[in-house]
Amino acid sequence: MTALLEVEDLRVAYGKIEAVKGISFSVNAGEVVTLIGTNGAGKTTTLRTLSGLLKPVGGQIKFEGKSLRKIPAHKIVSLGLAHSPEGRHIFPRMTIEENLLLGAFLRKDTAGIAKDVQRAYDLFPILGERRKQAAGTLSGGEQQMLAMGRALMSQPKLLMLDEPSMGLSPIMMQKIMATIAELKAQGTTILLVEQNAQAALALADQGHVMEIGKVVLSGTGQNLLHDESVRKAYLGED
Amino acid sequence: MNELPQQLVNGLLLGSMYGLVAVGYTMVYGIVQLINFAHGEIFMTGGFGALTVWLILPGGTSMWVALPVMIIGAVIVATTIAVGAERFAYRPLRGGPRLAPLITAIGLSLALQYAVWVWYPEAKSARTFPQIPGGPIELGPITIQTGDVFLLIAAPICMAVLAFFVMRTRVGRGMQATAQDPDTAKLMGVNTDRIIVIAFALGAAMAAVGAVAYGLKYGVVDYKMGFLLGLKAFTAAVLGGIGNIYGAMIGGVVLGIAETMATAYVSHIPGMEQLGGQSWADVWAFVLLIVVLLARPQGLLGERVADRA
Repeated sequence: MTALLEVEDLRVAYGKIEAVKGISFSVNAGEVVTLIGTNGAGKTTTLRTLSGLLKPVGGQIKFEGKSLRKIPAHKIVSLGLAHSPEGRHIFPRMTIEENLLLGAFLRKDTAGIAKDVQRAYDLFPILGERRKQAAGTLSGGEQQMLAMGRALMSQPKLLMLDEPSMGLSPIMMQKIMATIAELKAQGTTILLVEQNAQAALALADQGHVMEIGKVVLSGTGQNLLHDESVRKAYLGED
Repeated sequence: MNELPQQLVNGLLLGSMYGLVAVGYTMVYGIVQLINFAHGEIFMTGGFGALTVWLILPGGTSMWVALPVMIIGAVIVATTIAVGAERFAYRPLRGGPRLAPLITAIGLSLALQYAVWVWYPEAKSARTFPQIPGGPIELGPITIQTGDVFLLIAAPICMAVLAFFVMRTRVGRGMQATAQDPDTAKLMGVNTDRIIVIAFALGAAMAAVGAVAYGLKYGVVDYKMGFLLGLKAFTAAVLGGIGNIYGAMIGGVVLGIAETMATAYVSHIPGMEQLGGQSWADVWAFVLLIVVLLARPQGLLGERVADRA
């Protein structure tokens, strides 16, 4: 069986500065894969390249066996790859409902869209209660829920979440992580970028540790969680 | 004699012409943060497009038959030039320094003016624009000139259609998304390059209708008609809150009414006898802009830039 997503020797540069220096990993259908590492490791750059916002200078990205390198960002989502960006990036002057509907921008099945909006409200009841409210008025955690709900609206085969716990209170962070676990249990394939390595590895089937543009360590979530060097570097233990 | 209702109507008519042009500035700014200084000239080419259609039509054609064709001609000429400018002048500079497209816009503005001056037959002075037959319409104390009837009907229709398009259609929602956050709009599947082209085209089409209204109102079109009118429309867009379509419409009307009122009444104020009349209208328009921007830098309906996520 071939992987849903295969990344091979991917290299991305901002001008002359290489931010991602030849990384390889794959994501199988039904798996949760996490990229962890400190700021500037190239995790966000990797996700932005996968969704087409950045163009790689080298390497291959294959989604369901098809190369994504020449496909513009606005077409990649229709292939089944949804990206909930770092910093949430909800549309602040639109209502919650309008934000969700934009997630389904390329879909034509009105009945299916309505059903999925309801599904997002079931997943995050607070969004349903405030559906007519401008999204910019939501708290950070609620905005994160909206960004995730919006990404799910395209019915993705692969959901990419960039730093979903960033800047959230511990309680909100737990809530978001519990939702990711719920999505995993429903069979959603997820590529998760996190600085909260503990929570991400606990959820993940596979994990990759990135450092300044390279993958330095890979393994199952459990193995990495118990790896001595990972514990020291990322889980704050001496 | 109470001439206030008449002055209000005059201001409203002038203002709706400003508004038709202002929405083009505001839509393009809202999406690519470019002040398209060539927009006034795109308006002007719309006027010449309409005139050209009139000149091609056989002599003696009824204005009622000609006018719809002239509008179509104006819209085609203006949108073609606007879309061409976007494709060949602005798009190659996107992502570069912000000053580059701005200077390009100023250059394009001059180039369009002098292209018409040099190549359009007899355009070195103003050219007569055909008029709608019939006399002015009297409505109680208000008189509406025949040329203004078109503006009275066309402006609200255009504004309503544009508002519906932006607020209610799928492409319109994609346009709003692109204005608020272009990268994220792409992640939703919005083809932002196409949205930008649509914004330029829509703005040009509205300006073209405005140009036909200008020709009917003033009886002439000329190669520099886009300069001052473009500046006024840009002022209206800033006044209303640049980036906001309703703001541009309201800003246009407010500016038009203020200008008309100032022209009519300032000279009645003791000590200001010299400052009334048509020659001071433009001064009062910009005084209004300065006053509004001092009190509300974001414009009447604008949002503070810091609100952008």
